[in-house]
Amino acid sequence: MKLFVCVNQVPDTETRVKVGQDGKTIDRSEINLILNPYDEFAVEAALQLKDKFGGEVTYVSAGNDSHKEVIRKALAMGGDKGIHIKAENAGDSYSVASMLTGALKDAGADIIFFGKQSIDYDDSAVGTMVAEMLGLPSASVVVKLDVDAGAKKVVCEREIEGGKETVELTLPCVISAQKGLNEPRYPSLKGIMAAKSKPIQEITPSAVESLTEVTAMRKPAPKEQGKILGTDKTAVPELVRLLHEEAKIF
Amino acid sequence: MKIVAFAEAAHEAQAGLKFKKVAFEATYAASKLAVELGGEALGLVVGKGVGAIAPGLGGYGVQKAYVVDDDRLGMYSTTAYAKVIAAAVESLSADVVILPASAMGKDLAPRVAAKLKAGLAADCVALKGEGGNVLATRPVYAGKALIDVNITSHKKVITIRPNVFSPASVNGSAASVEKLPVDLNDSDFASRVTNTAISKAGRPDLTEASIIVSGGRGLGGPENFKMIEELADLLGGAVGASRAAVDAGWRPHDDQVGQTGKTVSPSLYIAVAISGAIQHLAGMSSSKHIVAINKDKDAPIFQVADYGIVGDAFEIIPEMSAQLRMALGKD
Repeated sequence: MKLFVCVNQVPDTETRVKVGQDGKTIDRSEINLILNPYDEFAVEAALQLKDKFGGEVTYVSAGNDSHKEVIRKALAMGGDKGIHIKAENAGDSYSVASMLTGALKDAGADIIFFGKQSIDYDDSAVGTMVAEMLGLPSASVVVKLDVDAGAKKVVCEREIEGGKETVELTLPCVISAQKGLNEPRYPSLKGIMAAKSKPIQEITPSAVESLTEVTAMRKPAPKEQGKILGTDKTAVPELVRLLHEEAKIF
Repeated sequence: MKIVAFAEAAHEAQAGLKFKKVAFEATYAASKLAVELGGEALGLVVGKGVGAIAPGLGGYGVQKAYVVDDDRLGMYSTTAYAKVIAAAVESLSADVVILPASAMGKDLAPRVAAKLKAGLAADCVALKGEGGNVLATRPVYAGKALIDVNITSHKKVITIRPNVFSPASVNGSAASVEKLPVDLNDSDFASRVTNTAISKAGRPDLTEASIIVSGGRGLGGPENFKMIEELADLLGGAVGASRAAVDAGWRPHDDQVGQTGKTVSPSLYIAVAISGAIQHLAGMSSSKHIVAINKDKDAPIFQVADYGIVGDAFEIIPEMSAQLRMALGKD
């Protein structure tokens, strides 16, 4: 199977967000950049399919040069090669989806994987947009995946409010992975060494077009200091009173 | 300006086909925007048999509901739904589409946006119409920051976070209903839902719940979530968990609240034995009221809590349940 995984680089979850000088993006001076956590499930899903059906796994990432690091990280887990779409500023979800579509449209992919969202802008949009732009069926927030390569059919489960729905798709398709789909493998030392010599092709996107612009970024208003009501169960009546009278919960 | 609200409906075990709460939030947000922009808010309902419930949108700010009613749309299909929504937007010459940031809305909005070549502002918590433009405010980094987004394309697609745009009042007038033609063929169903399984009957979903009780590592084991569930059920709330509790295998992944789990904004969030790692706080600190119960007085959770008890959850939670049972007359 020809498998592709689109990966993104994001600040890690421990990051304390500070607004940058431009007032529109975060201060990137002291942040630790990682492979987007949801993308790890996408990588693992693709590697498992390669183990089962054979074929190759290619990682694609659009962004500045440091995005090569997440391609290497994914290659250390397994897979064959990378494509880095060079863009100093990748733009909004439409722009990123357009760039990825450009790189994927003649690639002959059987399945294109994404993480269900990037944990920076949280749009949950790029994977499904790419599917639409390529004219492919898709399933997002997938927690179970069953691929029948012979019948060119995929049956998967996606998370919905309070439950799951079963989705049937035809190949080729786009799958966005949610936590729970699998347990991503750790890169082995051998894998890390091997990744260094795996090829990463650089391509330049034709045009980057965003349909939205960020006009301002700010921190949420800080909360007022709360009340500590006590240190044992004798504080419970006061809590219940406050929930009733002040918070008006019931 | 025409603003279309996608009103999501679902089949419920007892009630049958009905609008979800987020449907009314979308129509309400559309009607507010219509007033600010000097336009008209319209409802759009897609599914099988939805014509019958469409008049019910009338009380929520739209006078007119358009319906795409077709037997083949009884189960969700991202490809087919996106096609009929984009076609409706084109045929109505609408400028803005508002969908809920629900599982369905988040799956549809990017497709609809790509079809219409429209900018997408996802998971918005505030919208403001000004001089023909929409300024959308949305959380990023799981709520660690907010951004204002200006959609520069003419057509605009917006999803709104559940529980934020709560309709203030309801009047009883029915919306007038008009059927739209349906143009679908088999290839439009290349992705389709074949089964829906709701696992937590009786307990609301985290993203929709107005009350959430969450437990963390301090509970010591999965068996101790029983008291969390008891308290949640008493309040008609949902059960959440910290990443530590999920990673330990005590709770399923879909219970996780935080940056790599669900971002929630309930009226009341009760954090039990959760220390409040920054990635957890990001997912819940926009809750309207926060209660923290933790043994460690220095736990970061107390920095976002409105009410805190520095003490033993095993003593306090059962006492809370007992007192609430009395206060609620559920003795």
